[in-house]
Amino acid sequence: MTATHCPSFSFRRVGAMVLRHWYLLRSSWPRLFELMYWPMVQMFMWGFLQLGVAQAAGGTAITATATFLAAFFLWDLLFRGQLGFSMSFLEEMWARNLPNLMISPLRPIEFVMSLMAMSVIRLAVGFVPVTIMAIWFFGFNLWGLGIALAVFFANLFLTAWAMGMFCSGLVLRNGMGAEGLTWSLMFILLPLACVYYPVTTLPGWLQPVAWALPPTAVFEGMRALVLEHTFRPDLMVWAFNLNALWFLAGALSFVFLLRGARKAGSLIAVGE
Amino acid sequence: MHAHLPAIEADRLAKHYGESVAVDGISFAIEAGSITGLLGGNGAGKTTTIGMIMGLIAPTGGNVKVFGADMAKEPYRALYRMNFESPYVDLPHRLTVRENLKVFGLLYGLDNVSARIEKLASELDLAEFVDRAAGKLSAGQKTRVALAKALINEPDVLVLDEPTASLDPDTADWIRSHLERYRARKNATILLASHNMYEVERLCDRVIMMKRGQIVDDGAPQELIARYGRHNLEEVFLDVARGRREPNFAKDAAQ
Repeated sequence: MTATHCPSFSFRRVGAMVLRHWYLLRSSWPRLFELMYWPMVQMFMWGFLQLGVAQAAGGTAITATATFLAAFFLWDLLFRGQLGFSMSFLEEMWARNLPNLMISPLRPIEFVMSLMAMSVIRLAVGFVPVTIMAIWFFGFNLWGLGIALAVFFANLFLTAWAMGMFCSGLVLRNGMGAEGLTWSLMFILLPLACVYYPVTTLPGWLQPVAWALPPTAVFEGMRALVLEHTFRPDLMVWAFNLNALWFLAGALSFVFLLRGARKAGSLIAVGE
Repeated sequence: MHAHLPAIEADRLAKHYGESVAVDGISFAIEAGSITGLLGGNGAGKTTTIGMIMGLIAPTGGNVKVFGADMAKEPYRALYRMNFESPYVDLPHRLTVRENLKVFGLLYGLDNVSARIEKLASELDLAEFVDRAAGKLSAGQKTRVALAKALINEPDVLVLDEPTASLDPDTADWIRSHLERYRARKNATILLASHNMYEVERLCDRVIMMKRGQIVDDGAPQELIARYGRHNLEEVFLDVARGRREPNFAKDAAQ
């Protein structure tokens, strides 16, 4: 029964890990509910807030609400994309299952790919129903952004996975004491990536910092699309280039921190 | 496979954490098909040694090879032929036993996972709770499931860290009998870290005794008992742990 060989990469092993997390989601309604609950609360809060502000200011309520809801959805995709990656990783730590995986033929790249797949699955479970609710409540159809949306999604997922690899690596190396960072690290991007306002709002010296963040170009591109009905391929190319660097940095940090964890002995003593 | 190749071979294997020395340049070779006990008090370096054998911990010095594969540099050459069980490692609690075994069966590249699960369920008497969540099992049932996971790929090298800790004597005896049968059937190499001297005496062909990161003695259980002039391995263990007699095995071997 012992396998006679062990391929250096196997989609079957990636699939096994996705199956493991699917079994977990399926068996736990609170986990499924949580995926939908917070995006729904946020969608209502931002939707009604912007509707109220726009009506009071006498502006075009629909355009203002659409801009903020689009920004909210894309931010939620970025945040929950990273959280979906990191949470699936943390499930292994909480279950004290990580040593079992690390002594199996599962390669780090397969492990990371399964976490990426889970971040998409977890996001889809919560995100899709909430975007449909937004059509009904606020007349905002995110999917109406068309093919541009796929480009936005691809860019945001790349950033989310880069951050997810970095955060998971920190937990691997430093134990559960670093868990809090997986929840909060992404928020540093919220003011700097200009999610809810244009880059020109920032002081001049901070604008280059904002442009070094891949999501900034996505949010600028989204505003150009919603407000001016213009798709900006230049911004998307810029975002993809930056994301290539971020993804590489995320992957290298994961490998480096995993190596550090083996040196520190923290893989066998999973805990604080 | 090379018949002459030791299943596990450590050469001046060392692990330091800053100033603290967990494993201090130990060397040993374990023949394929043997059951070897790794004995020592708390902090002797057993778990660190096991961690390095499994590729979970990077050595500071020396190396450890499994079937010739350096576990720090090329662990995946050997990992698919190995497995591990420890009471300090769990399986996901919300997954059923069958789901857990299926996931690991796929990770180890088995062709017919369902048939393997049925066989293990029969051999390890899991049928009654194979569709129950792993977190809802008794300690004895959990140990049997952990053993099933460790045997899912029919490993050539099985590393067990206190496989019968906190089990009642009946379940513990049952596990030991199963391990004996598995070794006999598969000619597997088993490395066992345990504080249960009766268990080690019964199962092991050879015992490696560790203290403060070093190997202080090595031999068959009956040899050690005779060498220390004691009645059982527990008395030998106490002699070593309390320093009543501490042969310098490394020096003897060098001479």
